[in-house]
Amino acid sequence: MKHAISAFALSLVLAAPALAQSYAVTNGRVVTNTAAGIIENGTVIIRDGSIVDVGENAVIPAGAEVIDAEGGWITPGIFAPVTQLGLVEVALEAPSRDTDADESEYSVALSVSDSFNPNGTHIDATRIEGVTRAAIYPATGINIFAGRGALISTSGEFDSLFEEDSFVLADLTEDGADTAGGSRSAAWAFLEAAVMDARWYPGRYAATHDGDALGRYDAGAFVPVVRGEIPLVISVDRAADIRRALRFQRENAPIRVILHGAAEGWMVADEIAEANVPVLYDPIRNLPGSFDRIGSTLEGAAILHEAGVSFAYTTQSADGYFNVRLITQHAGNAVAHGVPWDAAFRAITLTPAEIYGVDARYGALSAGYAADVVVWDGDPLEVMSGATFVMIDGEPVDMTSRQTRLRDRYINITEEDAYGYRD
Amino acid sequence: MKSITWNASALLAGALILPACGGTPAGDDAGSGAGSASETSDIVRHDTDPYPSTYQPAASGTTLIRGATIFDGLGNRIENGDVLVENGLISAIGSGLEAPEGATIVDAAGRYVTPGIIDVHSHLGVYPSPGVSSHSDGNEATQPVTAEVWAEHSVWPQDPGFEAALAGGVTTLHVLPGSANLFGGRGITLRNVPARTVQEMKFPDAPYTLKMACGENPARVYGNRGRSPATDMGNMAGYRAAWQQASDYRDRWHDYWEAAEAGEDVSAPTRDLELDTLMGVLEGDILVHMHCYRSDQMAQILDMAEEFDYQVSTFHHAVESYKIPDLLAEAGACSAVWADWGGFKMEAYDSVRENLPMLHANGACAMIHSDDALNIQRLNQEIAKALGDGRRAGLDISEAEAWTWVSSNPARSLGIEDQTGSLQAGLRADIVLWSANPFSVYTRADNVWIDGALAYDREDESLQPVRDFMLGQPGEGAQ
Repeated sequence: MKHAISAFALSLVLAAPALAQSYAVTNGRVVTNTAAGIIENGTVIIRDGSIVDVGENAVIPAGAEVIDAEGGWITPGIFAPVTQLGLVEVALEAPSRDTDADESEYSVALSVSDSFNPNGTHIDATRIEGVTRAAIYPATGINIFAGRGALISTSGEFDSLFEEDSFVLADLTEDGADTAGGSRSAAWAFLEAAVMDARWYPGRYAATHDGDALGRYDAGAFVPVVRGEIPLVISVDRAADIRRALRFQRENAPIRVILHGAAEGWMVADEIAEANVPVLYDPIRNLPGSFDRIGSTLEGAAILHEAGVSFAYTTQSADGYFNVRLITQHAGNAVAHGVPWDAAFRAITLTPAEIYGVDARYGALSAGYAADVVVWDGDPLEVMSGATFVMIDGEPVDMTSRQTRLRDRYINITEEDAYGYRD
Repeated sequence: MKSITWNASALLAGALILPACGGTPAGDDAGSGAGSASETSDIVRHDTDPYPSTYQPAASGTTLIRGATIFDGLGNRIENGDVLVENGLISAIGSGLEAPEGATIVDAAGRYVTPGIIDVHSHLGVYPSPGVSSHSDGNEATQPVTAEVWAEHSVWPQDPGFEAALAGGVTTLHVLPGSANLFGGRGITLRNVPARTVQEMKFPDAPYTLKMACGENPARVYGNRGRSPATDMGNMAGYRAAWQQASDYRDRWHDYWEAAEAGEDVSAPTRDLELDTLMGVLEGDILVHMHCYRSDQMAQILDMAEEFDYQVSTFHHAVESYKIPDLLAEAGACSAVWADWGGFKMEAYDSVRENLPMLHANGACAMIHSDDALNIQRLNQEIAKALGDGRRAGLDISEAEAWTWVSSNPARSLGIEDQTGSLQAGLRADIVLWSANPFSVYTRADNVWIDGALAYDREDESLQPVRDFMLGQPGEGAQ
C-alpha cells in the first residue's frame, strides 16, 4: 500500500502489532447498517482483523488501542461498486491503462485480476477518503463483452484482490450496438449466441475453435455465467433496453443479471423491482447525453428507491479510478433529491456487498464482519466532511497519498522560501 | 466503445483559456464601430461588434428578500440580511430594509442568499446534450491557429444543459471553444436565459475572450497528423509566430490610421479575421483565457505574454497552479480550477484537492470552473469540497470568502465585475435563494433571479424552462 520507503517502514510499524492487537474506535455516531441502526454514541471493538463487538456500552478490552472519533461519525468502509481502481494510472497513456484491449483475440476470458496493480497511486488517494472495498471492471474491446471483473480491498497490499472472476460485463448500450455491428438487434443476437456457445461448451468446440459468437477460450469463461454461478452485468440505459434485459434473464434461467447504468430505469422501476434485478446507478447522471438516455433525471434515484429496487451508487459520470472517492457526494445528491439517508448510505456500503454476494463479511459494523472502519469529521455524505481515520481488515492505514505529499510540499510557499519543497 | 467510461466529454472538450483577474478592462476604445470615423468618413474601421447582443431582461417588479443569511460574493457574510431589488438592479443590501409600496416580499428566514453563480468555463451549447456527432461544435480542429472562429457561432441555444445549470443557480456562463488548438477562437459570455438565438443570451457589453491551449492537446491533435505542433516547444513556436504576425498587423493598422487621419492618400491593410482577434488581445480589448495544466508551462506562457506585451487573464484547469502562486500573483493571472479532478492525462497527474484554497491562501486569484455539463449544476458543492479540504489542511478560510470563487472572482476574470458577481447596490440583480447553507450537499436552489426577474422556482413548473429539444421526450421537464 505504500510506495515510498519511509511510508513502507511506517506500515510495518502499524502492521506488526496489529496482528495481535485489539482496537476500539469510540466516541462517535456509529452507523451499523444492521438492525441496531445508528448508535448515537457508540464504540466498535476490533480484534484480529474482524469486528467483535459494536454498541453503546461495548467493553474496551485491556490493552486495546483506542481511536477517539471525537464526536464524529463511525461507519463501515465505503464499497464502490463500479471502478477501475488499480487498472488505470494515467487514462490517456495507454500503457498505464489496462481496462480495455481492443486488439486482443479474447473478450469474456479477459480477467482484470491479471491487470490489477495494487501499487497504483489512485488507490491510496481513494483509501484515505474512506473507500475500503471496490469492484473493478474491465471495459469492452473487440465485442460486447468486456471480460471478467474482481473484488478488491483498497489496502494496496499485494493480496488485496480478494475475489477474482466475480462477474462478466456485457455492453448493450448504444455503444454495444455499435460494437456488435450497428444495431441493438445485433448486440442482443450476439449475446444470445454467446449463451448458446457456453451452454454447448465444450461439445460444440470438439472440431473447431469457433462458436456462433465466442471462440473456445471465451466460451469456457462464459460457462459460469450461463450456469448462474456468477452474475452477468449488463450496461444498458434506455428503458426499452432495460426491459429487453429483464426478458433475457426470464428466458435464460439460471442466468443472474445486474443492470449497470439504467439511466431510464425510473420509467420501468416496478418491473425491475419485480424481477429482483439489482441496479448499479449514478444518481447525478441527469442529462440527455445521448439518444440512449433522453429520460435521464435527478428524480430517478428516488423513484427506484420507492419502487423497492435494490440499487448501489456509482461514479459513472465522473470516472472509475481517480474520483471514485466522490461516491459519497453522489450519494448525498441522491438524498438531496428524495432518497432517505439510510438508503443512500446503504447504496455505497452494504448493498454493493449484497449485489456481489459478500454481504456476510463486508458493508456493516457488526460482530463477524471485516474490520473496515472509517471515522469521519461529520456526515460522510456531506461535501465538507472528510475521513480522519481509516482501517482495513483491522489495520489502520497511513492517511497520506501522493496527492497529500504534493500538497504538503507546496502549502507553505513564502516569498523568502519559494523553494521550500527542497527541504 | 468502452462500456465503462470516464467522462469522455470532459477529456475531449477539456481545453480552456483563462483571463487574468486583474485583466484589462474591456473597452470602449478606439477602432470600434463601423462607420464611426468622424470627418474622414472613408477611413476604414471594421465593426468590432457585428453580432450584437439583443438580450433583454425579463420584466421584473420590486422584490424584497428578507431575513436571509447572505454571502455577498465579496467575502462578507450578513446575518438576518435583506436584499432589495428594483428595476432589475440591486438597490439596497443590509438589515431591516423597508419594503417599498407594492414590493413582493420573500421570506428567506433560515435560508441563504448569494449572488448568482458564474461559471467561467463551460461548453454548454458548443458541446450540447445530446452529444451526437452533429453537435460536436466546440473544436475547429483543422489547423492549430483558429483565432478567427467564435464560440457564439457554434452555441445551440436549445441545449438542455442550460436549464439544468439554472436549477443549480448559474446565472452567467462563459462558453469557450475546446483546447485542440493553440488558439481555439473567441469565447462568449452568456446570460443563462431561454432564448431562440444566441444573440438573445449574449451578456451586453461583456468583453470578448480568446481561448488558447497549452500542452498535450494541441501537440497530440496535430502531432498525430504529422504536422506542427507535435511538442511543447512546437506549441511555443506556434504561439510566438502568431503573436509576431498580430503585432505586425496591428502596426500596419495604426500606421494606416495615422496616415489617413493626416490626410494622406493611403490604402487600408487587407483585413485578416484571425489577426483581428489577436490584435484585440494586444490592444487590451480581448481577454486571454488559457488552458494550461503544468506550472512550468504556465511560467513559459507568462514570459511570452511579456515578450509580446499582453495580459493573461486566467489559466484554466491549472492543476499545478498551487506550485506557483507567487508567479501567478505577480503576473496578475487568475487560475480557474476544479475541486478534485485529475489523472486523466499526464499533465493532470499532479492534481491535489487543495489547489483552490492553497491559491487563495497564498495570495493568488482563484476560482472554480466546471468544464462539464454535470459539474456546472453543483458548483456550490465543488467549492464546498475545496473549502473542506483546505480547512483540514490548516487553511483558515470562511464560507463567505469561498463564495468569491463562484462569483466576484469569475466576474473579474471575465471583465464583468462592475455588472454582476456580487450583491452591491447598482449591480444586476442576479441572485440565488438557497434552501439552506449552499455549502451542504443537501441544499438546493429554491429561486433564481436574473436581472431581478424570477427565472427559476423549484416549486413552480412554469418557472422551470424546458428547451425545445426536450418537448415530447421521455423525462420532459424533469431535472
